[in-house]
Amino acid sequence: MKMNRRDFLKLTGTGTILGLAGLGLFERVTEEAIAAQFSKDAKALNAKRWAMIVDLRKFKTEEDYRRIINACHSVHNVPDFGNPKDEIKWLWTDTYEHSFPGQEHEFMPEWLEKKPIPLLCNHCANPPCVRVCPVKATFKSPDGITQQDYHRCIGCRFCMAACPYGARSFNWRDPRPFIKKTNNEFPTRTKGVVEKCNFCTERLAKGLKPACVEESNGALIFGDLMDPDSEVRQVLRKDFTIRRKAELGTQPSVFYIIGGSENV
Amino acid sequence: MFEKALEGSKRYWTWLIILAAISGIGTLYYLKQFQFGLGLTGLSRDVSWGLYIGQFTFLVGVAASAVMVVLPYYLHNYKVFGRITILGEFLAIPSVIMCMLFIFVDMGQPTRILNVLLHPTPRSVLFWDSVVLGGYLFLNLLVGWTVLHAEKKEIAPPKWIKPFIYLSIIWAPSIHTVTAFIYAGLPGRHFWLTAIMAARFLASAFSSGPALLIILAMIIRRYTKFDPGKEAIQALGKIVTYFMLTNVFFMCLELFTAFYSGIPGHQHPFKYLFTGLEGHGRLVPLMWTSAILAIFSLILLLNPATRKNERTLAVASAAVFISLWIEKGFGLIIGGFVPNPFEKVFEYWPTAPETIITIGVWATGFLILTILYKIATTVKQEVGESAHH
Repeated sequence: MKMNRRDFLKLTGTGTILGLAGLGLFERVTEEAIAAQFSKDAKALNAKRWAMIVDLRKFKTEEDYRRIINACHSVHNVPDFGNPKDEIKWLWTDTYEHSFPGQEHEFMPEWLEKKPIPLLCNHCANPPCVRVCPVKATFKSPDGITQQDYHRCIGCRFCMAACPYGARSFNWRDPRPFIKKTNNEFPTRTKGVVEKCNFCTERLAKGLKPACVEESNGALIFGDLMDPDSEVRQVLRKDFTIRRKAELGTQPSVFYIIGGSENV
Repeated sequence: MFEKALEGSKRYWTWLIILAAISGIGTLYYLKQFQFGLGLTGLSRDVSWGLYIGQFTFLVGVAASAVMVVLPYYLHNYKVFGRITILGEFLAIPSVIMCMLFIFVDMGQPTRILNVLLHPTPRSVLFWDSVVLGGYLFLNLLVGWTVLHAEKKEIAPPKWIKPFIYLSIIWAPSIHTVTAFIYAGLPGRHFWLTAIMAARFLASAFSSGPALLIILAMIIRRYTKFDPGKEAIQALGKIVTYFMLTNVFFMCLELFTAFYSGIPGHQHPFKYLFTGLEGHGRLVPLMWTSAILAIFSLILLLNPATRKNERTLAVASAAVFISLWIEKGFGLIIGGFVPNPFEKVFEYWPTAPETIITIGVWATGFLILTILYKIATTVKQEVGESAHH
């Protein structure tokens, strides 16, 4: 078949218009499909600034600590290297002296000297780690959580130098062989990136409280600091709380109730 | 002009091959680190920066020191430095390249390095550091090459280069100031949280850099037919003296504030570095070596007789360089991490692969330095010869 120039142009023109229209339609449909996929779960828990209160009075036995740490580390595929050099931790404990340096004194009660204090990322409202990251791999989400993007992190570790709480860990080597049991619901990490507690942002999105909070039997209280009626605000109104190194201006979102003789 | 680097004596080529071989070994170990991860180094959760970042910090100073020969020549018309400005500029180039390489080998995810450009973040000091380092490399390449090229043609340098020269003079202090801000703006690190950090950085830069330049000028005079000039070396000696004195003075200011204030957190890093803390003192011998070399160098530098004697000046310059290499290239970084934010002592020491990679980067730097100096000295020597005829 022979085609003259006029027919050729007509056909090509119509084809192009149809093609573009089809492409536009396709893009719109897929965009909607993708948006639907990522739209918020109706059950999702929302807040303006998530916060946690650690009520030390309610930590009685070693089991109380072990339970919350295991819950966190197993759900988030935190590896166990068995040595302090490669160590990665999201939730751990240390003594009062090391958790609140400068606050200790030689006449402290014995129970306080020995009592393990649960430690985690403070999800600061004014976080130095976010300020220093050169690629915005660590950032604040609108709910106040200090997030870490494992896929953007270049592994410069500026954030680790900046964090006054030692809350950040680096994958010095491939962590995967050191994960006891992989949870397929949460990503594992690769070597060369920084990670830390994420306040269980993935669970909040599904309407669940953080794993540690769920396992704490009420020793960890979680809620919206900006909601005057939230449980955290009720407790903060009632009890005396302290924050780690608050004098640095980081505005930590994790509060501690140390308590008194009821700890004995 | 590059052709000057392609012809040389047997000694020149042997030296290049040795450096290339060391650089190659370093590269092989880097590939191993690339494959395994930074766990190959002595770094840990507690001491997350070490030898690599220390070398980067120290070399930014060496790079910035070019301004110490460029400024007197171009702003004060100090003719004596006319012979060595190119040596300063051509020292800055491999120094900045080494800085970049040390940052690169320190990265956990080096393949994502372009994220720094894809997601530019002006609130991060590291972003500005990449800007000032890149800019400084460009300025020194441009100015050094253009001026040397004009000299080769035996004509005056083009007029358009002047603004770039002045810009490079302002730019030099900026690279070390921004590098100091990496440390001095972090809330939880007592050892680094000091307003005179940038001033200290500049003082050590302007003593260690010219000290290296003195040694390099002496090597050049010995092994090439180009003589940088006795007077230029003596002028550099005075620069080293003043800035080394400033450097030690600044260190004393730090000690006063830490110990007279009585604040434990400010004292602990100094105690860890110089006396050991809680039974840990791996850096103590090294830090005392640095302190003693600093005092020793000042005795030689302040005494006019030993400063004017080139042999003792060379010894003093080596002492300054090694002293500050230990202080900026090692102690400053480790002191920021020990004790850690929990006031606990967890020590660091570089591993063998980490050390080999470090030496490899230095060898790469010296390889580039040798090539650039070969070009510069050959051009200078040829121009000098033709002027005689």
